Amino acid sequence: MTLPGLFRAALFFAALTALPFVLTAHWIVNLGVFTLIYAGLASAWNLVGGLAGYPSLGHAAFFGAGAYAEAIYFQHRDVGADGLTPFFVLPLVGAAVAVLGLAVGWIAMRTRSDVFAIVTITLLFVAQTLAFNLNSITGGSQGIGMPGAPFDVDSYERPFYLVLVIILAFAMGATWAAMRSGVGLSLRAVAADEQRARGIGVHVTGVKLLAFAVSVGIAGMIGAVWAYYVSFVYPQFAIDPLITIGMVLMAYLGGRGTLWGPVLGALILVPAQQYLAYQYGATQLYLIAYAAVFLLIMLLMPRGILPSLSHLLRRRAARASEPADQTPADAVPTAEEMVR
Amino acid sequence: MHTVIQALILGVLTGGVYALMASGQTLIFGVMKVVNLAQGALVIAGAYLSYSLFTSLGLDPFVSILVTTPVLFGAGAGLQWLFLRPLREQDRAELSLLVTFAVALGIEGVLSVTYKTTYHTIQTGYADSSFTAGGYQISAVRLYAFVLSVAMLGLLYLLLERTRFGRAIRATVQNPESARLLGVNAHAVAAVGFGLGAATAAAAGAVYGLLYSFNSGSHYDLISRLLSIVVLGGLGSIGGSIVGALAMGVIASLVAALGPPIWSDFSFFVVLLAVLLIRPRGLFGASLRGAL
Repeated sequence: MTLPGLFRAALFFAALTALPFVLTAHWIVNLGVFTLIYAGLASAWNLVGGLAGYPSLGHAAFFGAGAYAEAIYFQHRDVGADGLTPFFVLPLVGAAVAVLGLAVGWIAMRTRSDVFAIVTITLLFVAQTLAFNLNSITGGSQGIGMPGAPFDVDSYERPFYLVLVIILAFAMGATWAAMRSGVGLSLRAVAADEQRARGIGVHVTGVKLLAFAVSVGIAGMIGAVWAYYVSFVYPQFAIDPLITIGMVLMAYLGGRGTLWGPVLGALILVPAQQYLAYQYGATQLYLIAYAAVFLLIMLLMPRGILPSLSHLLRRRAARASEPADQTPADAVPTAEEMVR
Repeated sequence: MHTVIQALILGVLTGGVYALMASGQTLIFGVMKVVNLAQGALVIAGAYLSYSLFTSLGLDPFVSILVTTPVLFGAGAGLQWLFLRPLREQDRAELSLLVTFAVALGIEGVLSVTYKTTYHTIQTGYADSSFTAGGYQISAVRLYAFVLSVAMLGLLYLLLERTRFGRAIRATVQNPESARLLGVNAHAVAAVGFGLGAATAAAAGAVYGLLYSFNSGSHYDLISRLLSIVVLGGLGSIGGSIVGALAMGVIASLVAALGPPIWSDFSFFVVLLAVLLIRPRGLFGASLRGAL
């Protein structure tokens, strides 16, 4: 990361951490918690869906796995006098979900692109069916209750918020490390042409499984925090297709394969989504509104905000540096564009 | 033994209905290389249409498909024209997944607003009647549903194999570039292909409404089954999707008859995972991929 980049990241996380101490209204911090949940999920998804080019639609299953792991563990246990024990077990939950992800990824990643998307979305529905039917473990549609957190009522949301900031930093740190290292290079090679990458000696299976495991592990940790936050886990909310779609959509909106894109997408979409749910939630109209927003983004900005912006800036820079009588290189249509 | 054969009969009858839904899905994939995640939502939309026609006009679901199939054909062609045509070629495969998912959510939203989220069933006079043949019980509704599905699949086959338009579709499936060069209007074929897929969903939906109780959220359950079926059969092969559908029906009903019923739905997914482990392309993916 360049020095300005490091400075930008430090500033961003400082502001993020300061926010719940400055703006203490419950609805703001609550909105912050959900924004961070999705920013973390979208960043995690980006490791697999953006960098490796494997469009997973099953990440909500791992979010749910983390939520259930946390809820089942603390169902009959104490959360400690300070209520922080559920946060301390997060690395364990993440590791367990990552191991589960290795097993699932080993099978699912034998397929590619659209078939992979299908297999993972099927997995999501299988996981939901399991959560409904394994009554003895998950409580079925009755759900599982977790003990409430003994936090101060005035700043109840703040501990959850801060833990989620740490998880987001971890997710973005992992993305940054991956993009800078050979792993990221290998992932991009897998995304571009997996056969050829394998041919020139990239450890294709290794890197994509690593990315998948880390990605779903983060999703599992976020699910665990969510379970503690809402303190009741039901199958239809813990393993919800809308969660998958949320993280994918945010990564697409901001720009998949970029470090900041998924976070930007979450910052824009989560408040919009919460507003729609608040305004129209009772009438199910929010589903229609959500679908409409979704379609507009896909049709108007298929590449995402950050890639579109940087493309625009590059063109502008190229135009400014070229003498006026010469055509900038970018303006010449490629053969591909002319055919179209 | 009696239980096994009874379960086999039930499985084949159920599988036939799923074969109809899955063939529409496969047709859409074959023509446009688009995995239509809205297929389940279209089936449920078809079920609601038939339900409305039955409760308001007293139209039997098997008659109302004469109305619902053209309606959903138009809706499907319109969806393709509005939302899928504008996608650029190079990212169509990925974006279409998201776009069709958004369409599914939109359909679910419209249905929830119109019909609320309580469960509905189409309760006809013959809903509980059944035949007995050689000591085996066959429910009338399931038999009619199976016959309708086979008839619709036959019509689809004739349309694809015996008409000029069918030839254009098959040409597009095999090689879109050459088909375009030979004067096939790719946009029209894609729109009509999507329309046909949606029309099969309308027919299947009428039957689905007779067999099961449904609400606007039922499409999640349906789409997971349909996707497993087409992956099992190998994407793009109509024959494969029929075999996959029958396999699912039979496996689920055998497990339900012999083991704990909770695992009947799940058993099929286990088979799917096993197939993917051995043969990631699905049963017919290798030889028939891209061929109808």
